[in-house]
Amino acid sequence: MRPQLPTLDLVPLYPLLVVTGWAVLVLLADLFVQHKRALGYLALTGVIVAAVVTVALWPGVPTSFQNMAISDGQALFFNLVFLVTGALGLLVAIEYLERKDLQRGEYYALLMFSLAGMIAMAAAEDLLIVFLGLEMMSVALYVLSGSNQRDMSSIEAAMKYFILGSFASAFFLYGIALTYAAAGSTNLAQIGSWLSGRGIPKDPVALTGLSLLLVGFGFKVALVPFHWWTPDVYQGAPTSVTAFMSVGAKAAGFATLTRVLYSAFSPTFTTDWVTVAAVLAAVTMTFGNLAALVQRDVKRLLGYSSIAHAGYVLVGIAAASPVGVRGMLFYILAYAFMTAGAFAVACAVERREQSTTTLADYAGLAQRSPLLAAAMLLFMLSLIGIPPLIGFWSKLFVFRAAVEANLAWLAVLGVLNSALSAYYYAGVVVQMYLREPGRSPAEEVAFRPWRSALAVAVFLAAAATVVLGLWPGAVVNLLMGV
Amino acid sequence: MAIPLSWWLTVAAALFAIGLYGVLSRRNAIGVLLGIELMLNAANINLVAFWRFITPQALTGQVFAIFVIGIAAAEAAAGLAIIISAYRRRRTVVVDELDTMRW
Repeated sequence: MRPQLPTLDLVPLYPLLVVTGWAVLVLLADLFVQHKRALGYLALTGVIVAAVVTVALWPGVPTSFQNMAISDGQALFFNLVFLVTGALGLLVAIEYLERKDLQRGEYYALLMFSLAGMIAMAAAEDLLIVFLGLEMMSVALYVLSGSNQRDMSSIEAAMKYFILGSFASAFFLYGIALTYAAAGSTNLAQIGSWLSGRGIPKDPVALTGLSLLLVGFGFKVALVPFHWWTPDVYQGAPTSVTAFMSVGAKAAGFATLTRVLYSAFSPTFTTDWVTVAAVLAAVTMTFGNLAALVQRDVKRLLGYSSIAHAGYVLVGIAAASPVGVRGMLFYILAYAFMTAGAFAVACAVERREQSTTTLADYAGLAQRSPLLAAAMLLFMLSLIGIPPLIGFWSKLFVFRAAVEANLAWLAVLGVLNSALSAYYYAGVVVQMYLREPGRSPAEEVAFRPWRSALAVAVFLAAAATVVLGLWPGAVVNLLMGV
Repeated sequence: MAIPLSWWLTVAAALFAIGLYGVLSRRNAIGVLLGIELMLNAANINLVAFWRFITPQALTGQVFAIFVIGIAAAEAAAGLAIIISAYRRRRTVVVDELDTMRW
């Protein structure tokens, strides 16, 4: 008797298949292609193809792949965020690796594998896919952060990221095992219906599982008190990697966290995780902003700032409402452009022989390359949340969702935090516009849009920050269909 | 004589705790990696035990454990590569000595 193969509805997973297949293609092409720069453009083509496929699939279908994957609007929206981040990360890397003499084919392949992991995470409807996607993304990122073998801080970043990341994965897996025990399934929707239906009310096993899952997520998206690896890894890793992972890994973590909380642990445990998320959000944004105040290194400063922004995103999740989810989605899109853009500028300013940039390197940037400084100014203003830039709307949406969910104290704390953050973002602006350049100014790549890939990335991110800030309705309309 | 579920869970919890202690107390990166592997395998014992006692009709737990074994191998391979590159550069695999970045 021939074994009966299950029907696999693969069409909704085409973006994932395109990215994975293309990553293998890049890896193979690496054997024959001498000019590694071309591989970067090959990878970029794959990302664009995947983005086209994602748009073609809009508005998506509920479930596929034997109920293990989900390709609804939310998953497709996250796909677009990852692919935009991947494209920016590739554009930045093509030029940055050239300057640093690190141009190698496997960088582009690893970046695409990590992208595939992120897409799998956003599409996961089963804890198995969640774990698979998480590890696929993380292992590729561990190796990418250590890709500058000549630089000790890059290797140190990889080591710290690997040890703490896999430590977190172990907690995460134990949490999965306990959740499976409580609900008898690893399918998120089935866990949800079991826990709210036939399960024991407030099952302690499920509650322990949820806590361990939250610890794992907390590490991946860098929530206080699980954030200790973040500043070191963001500072030590090659800046092009930081630009990609600071956005991609965080967005993927939040994509799955939302899915797990809203689908598997609602409504039975909603009150529990809302409290935890609200407290974590408050602690995370406050600590991130306070620690960023005293930083002298721009990559480290942006690292702490990214912790603070994870706190703001969590405010949207804590609201536990469709408005909150839409706010969170908008926030992640805004964060992708602002942060990837800011790290792209950091790539441009960075000297050839060192892996970090101090604030002093930005002194007089406005005179040396006015366009680069103007772009950085936009990103900083948007990160503070100045209207009409995209960062303003993203904060407005999550804070409004918090107020509607009777979490007004969290919204007030968020606004106070934004005011606090203005201090260190403005510090970067002051360096660029009001300080004289030092004796040996950093040698930025000349900012020539359409001539250099890095400049294109900065230009695209800056354009999105302004355009989507002036017309946020375009994204909001898209999100209403999610 | 069948061994009850609680015994399996106790062994798994003990293994997890030993692994956790190893990660927190070892200064050698390879020792830390061993601790992490113990923690992952503790979760594996749980998955298989829950499959046997809770959902014997569906293979979820077993299949999950097989996936985890594969993933753990990939993770260990990447981790050892990182440890080797640190050793080449600094002639040490002691985690505390990798401290060029401080806040």
